[in-house]
Amino acid sequence: MNGPENAKTDEITMIPVYIMGKRYEIPKGLTIMKAMEYAGYQLIRGCGCRGGICGACGTVYRKPGDYKIYTALACQTAAEPDMYLTQLPFYPANRAEIDYSKATAAAEEIHQLYPEMFRCVACNACSKVCPMDVEVMDVIAYIKRGDITRAAQESFNCIQCGLCTSRCFAEMPQYHIMQLARRIYGGKIVPRSRHTAEAVKLIREGRFESMMQQVMNMTPAELKKAYTEREIEPETAGNDWRPKDNKYLLK
Amino acid sequence: MPYPEKLKELIKIVEKTRTERVARKKAGQEVTAMTLDERAAILELHHPDYIPGTRRKLKIGPSTGYAVAHEFADILEAKSRVNPDRIDLNRTDYETDVLVLGGGGAGTSAALLAQENGARVILTTKLRHGDANTMMAEGGIQAADKLMKDSPVYHYIDTMGGGHFTNVPELCYTLCNDAPDVMQWLEGLGMMFWKDPDGSMQTLPAAGFSRSRLHYAGDISGAEIMRVVRDEARNRRDDITVLEFFPAVELILNEYGHCAGAVLYNLETKAYAVVKAKAVVMATGGCGRLHMQGFVTTNHYGATADGIVMAYRAGVELAFLHTVQFHPTGCIFPEQLEGLLITEKFRAAGGNVLNIDGEQFVYEREPRDIEASAFIRECVAKGKGVPTTTGKLGVWIDSPMLDLLHGEGYVKAEFPGKCMQFGRHGIDISKEPLLVYPTLHYQNGGMAYRNTGETSVPGLYMAGEVGGGVHGENRLMGNSLLDILVFGRIAGKNAAIYAREQAKEGKPTLEHVNAYAGQLKAAGIETNRMSPILLPDYTDPSVKARQVIRPRYSTEME
Repeated sequence: MNGPENAKTDEITMIPVYIMGKRYEIPKGLTIMKAMEYAGYQLIRGCGCRGGICGACGTVYRKPGDYKIYTALACQTAAEPDMYLTQLPFYPANRAEIDYSKATAAAEEIHQLYPEMFRCVACNACSKVCPMDVEVMDVIAYIKRGDITRAAQESFNCIQCGLCTSRCFAEMPQYHIMQLARRIYGGKIVPRSRHTAEAVKLIREGRFESMMQQVMNMTPAELKKAYTEREIEPETAGNDWRPKDNKYLLK
Repeated sequence: MPYPEKLKELIKIVEKTRTERVARKKAGQEVTAMTLDERAAILELHHPDYIPGTRRKLKIGPSTGYAVAHEFADILEAKSRVNPDRIDLNRTDYETDVLVLGGGGAGTSAALLAQENGARVILTTKLRHGDANTMMAEGGIQAADKLMKDSPVYHYIDTMGGGHFTNVPELCYTLCNDAPDVMQWLEGLGMMFWKDPDGSMQTLPAAGFSRSRLHYAGDISGAEIMRVVRDEARNRRDDITVLEFFPAVELILNEYGHCAGAVLYNLETKAYAVVKAKAVVMATGGCGRLHMQGFVTTNHYGATADGIVMAYRAGVELAFLHTVQFHPTGCIFPEQLEGLLITEKFRAAGGNVLNIDGEQFVYEREPRDIEASAFIRECVAKGKGVPTTTGKLGVWIDSPMLDLLHGEGYVKAEFPGKCMQFGRHGIDISKEPLLVYPTLHYQNGGMAYRNTGETSVPGLYMAGEVGGGVHGENRLMGNSLLDILVFGRIAGKNAAIYAREQAKEGKPTLEHVNAYAGQLKAAGIETNRMSPILLPDYTDPSVKARQVIRPRYSTEME
C-alpha cells in the first residue's frame, strides 16, 4: 500500500511458522507481528506503535533445533522458517508511587522505594534480553552506587517493554526504576533553563500582547506580507545570531 | 535486509554529488525555496488531498454538505456499535468528575491538570496507557523561548503561514503564547531535554519556521514526553484511575444536552460499562489507520478516528477535516520498516533530498505538504524516483552528509533510535542514505473547539489531534507535541472547573444516537458499516473469507 507501486518484482515465498504451537504458512519477510495478523489474528494486546518505540510487543520465540529462548520486539523482527512464536501481552510489575515534587536527587530515595534492586545477582539476563541494547544491569548498578546521571543517560533508549523484568532473578521492575532515575536527573540534577523561565514570565506579564493583537488583526494580505518578508535564521547560525529585523522582539 | 546491489549502485551516484552539495551548503547556498504561488500550484497538481473524486459531501449530521475523504465519510455515515435500547444507563459502573477519553499526551496532560484543579479523574484508553501517536513523535516540540532572537509573535506568523493562513487565530495565539510555559512544565516533571551545560535549551531549525526553536530529546522526543507524563499520572493513582483496553464507543448526554459520560467497551470481555461524569475531555487522537487512498501510515495501531465519530453524533461540528497530512518522509526500505516515520530532523539538520540522479529537486525545508507534493511529482510525473526491489518508488535523504556538515559521529549522536532500527536490518544510516516516500501522518483537522477547550456541547472538551483549527490546513513540525500539551492542559483544567462549578445533574440519555440513526435512514443511507471501528484489520483476504463464523471488529464493516 503506497502511492506509485509497480508490479511486484519479487516472487512471494511462503514459510511455515508455529504461532502458539499451531502451524501456519506466511509470506517470507513479514515481521512476527504481521505474520500473526496475516494468519488471522486481530491483535488487541501486544501491539502498539508498530515502529519499535512503544514497548507493547516484547515477545519471546524459539528456533528449530535450538534450546535458546530469544526475545525481540514483534514489530521489528522478521519471522523465520519454523519459528515458534507467541505474544507476551502483559507482565505484572511492582511500581512505587512517589510525590515527585518533593523528591530530591539523593539516590537513597530510589533505594528505599525499590529495595529489591539489592537482590540483583549480576546474572545480566536483563541486559541480554533488552531489545534496545540498554545495559540494564549496569544502569541498576549505577543507581546503587549513587550515579543517577549516568543511569539516566545510559537508559535513555528504554521503551519500557518489561522484558528485563520478566527475566529478572531478583524480581525487580528495572524499567520503572530507570524511569525514576531519568526523571530525577532531568528535573532535579540538570540545571533549569533560565531563558525559558524568563520567557514564561514576560509572556505572563503580557509584554507581547499588543504585538500579538496586531498580527492577529492583520488582513490576510498583510499577514502574507509579514510571512513572506520575515527574516529567516540561517541553518548554520549559532546562539549568538541576532535578527536585523526586531519588529516583534522585546526592545 | 541491507540495501541490495542495485540500490548500492544508485547510492554511489548520491556519493558522487555529495562533496559539492556539502560545500554549497557550508557556503550558505541553498536551493531556492518556493514562492507562495509556486506552493499553491504544486499542491493543486500533486498533493493527494487535491485529487478529484477522493472526497464526498456528508449527507447527515452537524456538518451536512461538507466534503471529507471517503474514509471519513464511511465511518461518519455508519451505524453505532451501540443499540441504546440495550444499554442500561441507570447502572453506573464508574462515576467521576472528569472523564478523559484517550491515553496519549493530550489525554494524560488533561488528566494531570484536572487532578491538580481538584477533580477526581478517570482516564480510559483503547490500548495501553501511552499507546498513542505521541509516543511516536520524534523530532521535537516548538516554543519561542529565546527572546533575544525570537518571540511568540514570530511563532504565530510561521504557524499561520504553514497552515496557508487558514488557522483559527485564537487557537494559534494560545498555542504560541503557552509554548514556553509547557517547556517549563515538562522540565519541572523531569523531562530529559537536550541542553547546554548551563541548562539552556538546545534548539534546532525546522521546515517552515523562521527561527531555531525546536526543543528535543534525542530523536525520541515524543516517547520521552509520553513516558514522563504517564509516569506522573501513575504517581497520582488515588485521584487518577486509568482504564486500559476499554475504549469509549458513544458519549452519553443528559436531558439538557450536556455531556454526562460515555459508554465504554471492554475489548477483552466484550461487555459494556457506563461511566457517569460531570465533564468529558475527548483526546482520542487521529486517523492514520483509516489508510486514506491506500497510503501506509506512521500512526500507531489504534489511530482509527473514534472520537470524530462519537463527537459528531453528539452534535459537534467538523473543522478542517478536509485535509490530512502526508509526512514527506516515510520509510519505504527495508520492507519491515515500511511506513516508519523518518523524522524531519534529518532535513532540519540540513540533509539534502535527492532523486535517482543524486540531484536536489526541492529545498529540504519546505512545509510538509509542499515537500510531500514535490516528492510525488519527482517520482510520478517526472519519473526520477528511486525504485526498490518490490517496485516502490522513493527519494533519498542524504543522512551521511550530516556527519560532513556537523562533524563525525553527529548522525549516531543525534539519531540513536533510527541508527538502531536500521542497524537491525544491516543498514548504517551514517554511511548510507535513507529511502523515503510520503506516508499518511496526521489529521490536520477534526472537531471544532475553542481555545478554552470547549465545544458546542456543554461539558465536552477537546484536546490534541482530534480537534481541528489550530494548524489550519497543514501542520508544521513540532507543533503537534505542543498542541497536545497546550490544549490538553487547558481542557483538563477547564473541565475540572466546569465539573465543580457549572455541571448540571440530569437524566442520562443516548437519544442522540437514536436520532442519528433516524437521520441515516431519512437520508437513504443503507449500510451495514459500524463505527467507531476501534481497530484496523490486517488479516489476509484468503483467511478473512473464512472468518464467517463469528463477526470481529472491523470485519463487521462492509
